Amino acid sequence: MLRALQLEPEKCTGCLQCEMACSFENEGVFNPAKSRIKVFNFHDQGRFAPYTCTQCDEAWCMHACPVEAIVVNQDTGAKEVLDSVCVGCKVCTIACPFGTVNYSHDSGKVIKCDLCGGDPWCAKACPTGAITYVDIDSTGLGRMRAWAQQGVPSAASFNAPMEKDVQTYGQAQ
Amino acid sequence: MRHIVIGAGPAGVVAVEHLRAFDPEGQITLIGDEPEPPYSRMAIPYYLINQIDERGTHLRKDAGHFDALGVEVLQARVTAVDTAAKTLSLAAGDSAAFDKLLIATGSSALTPMIPGVESDGVYRCWTLADARNIVRLAQPGKSVVLIGAGFIGCIILEALAASGADLTVVEVENRMVPRMLNDTAGGLIKKWCEDHGVKVLTSTKVESIDQGSGDRPLNVVCDSGEAIAADMVITATGVSANTGFLNDSGIDVDQGVVVDDYLNTSADDVYAAGDVAQGKDFSTGGFNVQAIQPTAVEHGRIAARNMVQGNHHAHRGSVNMNVLDTLGLISSSFAMWMGVDGGDSAEVSDPGRFRYVNLQFQDDRLVGASTLGLTDHVGVLRGLIESKVRLDGWKEKLKQDPTRLMEAYIARTQALGHNAYVR
Repeated sequence: MLRALQLEPEKCTGCLQCEMACSFENEGVFNPAKSRIKVFNFHDQGRFAPYTCTQCDEAWCMHACPVEAIVVNQDTGAKEVLDSVCVGCKVCTIACPFGTVNYSHDSGKVIKCDLCGGDPWCAKACPTGAITYVDIDSTGLGRMRAWAQQGVPSAASFNAPMEKDVQTYGQAQ
Repeated sequence: MRHIVIGAGPAGVVAVEHLRAFDPEGQITLIGDEPEPPYSRMAIPYYLINQIDERGTHLRKDAGHFDALGVEVLQARVTAVDTAAKTLSLAAGDSAAFDKLLIATGSSALTPMIPGVESDGVYRCWTLADARNIVRLAQPGKSVVLIGAGFIGCIILEALAASGADLTVVEVENRMVPRMLNDTAGGLIKKWCEDHGVKVLTSTKVESIDQGSGDRPLNVVCDSGEAIAADMVITATGVSANTGFLNDSGIDVDQGVVVDDYLNTSADDVYAAGDVAQGKDFSTGGFNVQAIQPTAVEHGRIAARNMVQGNHHAHRGSVNMNVLDTLGLISSSFAMWMGVDGGDSAEVSDPGRFRYVNLQFQDDRLVGASTLGLTDHVGVLRGLIESKVRLDGWKEKLKQDPTRLMEAYIARTQALGHNAYVR
């Protein structure tokens, strides 16, 4: 059964353990700048949002690659960068509309989340359950519902009521 | 069904793969005129610096890939298309019949109209064969003049600079990469190149390439009066669509092959894809030649589908975008980076560190962007533009700090925080 990372921002405290674990496991250093998962900070609202590649079906990065350096791992469903093939042309970094493929100056290649081969360290490091590795069918619906719920006010506020003439009936002019 | 695809670049290769997926029984032929297996021009700069071998440039690494797909790969040059008889003429004199045809012949480097451009020692950098010549000749101590500082010129700069040759770049426009970046960003790239020991002459035209005197065989004369003694000259002054073989076909050609929303040309059963096609632009709804890898792939996929299943799959338009590495300085541009009428913009610049972000808005949406020195999450610019997401209050936040792109995208597309009611 395929599994996916489920990210729940409302449980995130911004501790950045996930970034530390990711950079250490994948790059051998404790350096959040090299992490493939990133916690975005909405400081004026006191909120945090962990965000990384969703291993999307469209796989814009994989299709845009001119040299076949991004491939699907048949066991995990992850789209993985083959370092030995990647030339560092960066086309995938602009093709991914989620912004989750980054170029690394150090290696001259691109890096993205590969689910750590099926045992993602960010999920293991997260102390609050904001990042979990779960059955792929159980992700998504809750988030879609939540987005739909919070989407209403902004849509309504954008369509301000139009001014109308007031019409009165039954009175003599 | 007999499908023929002319052109073995990314658009053609993606097309034959999709043709096979949609039409398991059909006969599929891929015709390319270069002697190499299908390869990527995108990878040539990395071949030039010995980061990869020739095989590293190949679009598909498995030698048996096309055989396994049941795709016949033919090395031949197509000289004419007869849309009524549905046949192609090949340079060798024979012909080939098709039911559906895809034109994916790409583009070629233009040779600038400069006296002396045909001299020995003047090269283009377009094909793998050109690249081999340049690798052989660019040596430490040699003087190399690059004419044209557009996308192609800039991307091969690194290889030329790394060869140890003395390098001079001559660009007719007032800045580097004028079709991708504005004055500020183009100016910063110029300064970056100069800091890295490359001589850059902008707003300068090459008048002629004369025979040199002394050790250097060539003498490049500029309209400024300056003359540069050179061992090698490389021209990178733009490309044009390969449509010459269609002259007598009756197929409409403008900048490139004219296509409709289905990538169908003016002739029934003939489609076009990639750099040769004047395809739909996401931002303007108009049709232009984008000549970029992601668009070529999108075209190849959609054209193949329509060839097999009929014209039911409309192309919604591709976002024009580019990413460029000039001697290690990375720049990118997206869609209407130059701005739109009635739109507004936000800009942040740190010239000392070669950082720059420019965002272009129309009403409540992002419609274009260009960046310098930004490599993290840069793709989200495409996401914000192509999803046409309303920025709501985030437009003001982006105007104050244009680097908060990911926050804007996440806040406007995801449920966040304690009011999300997720159990």
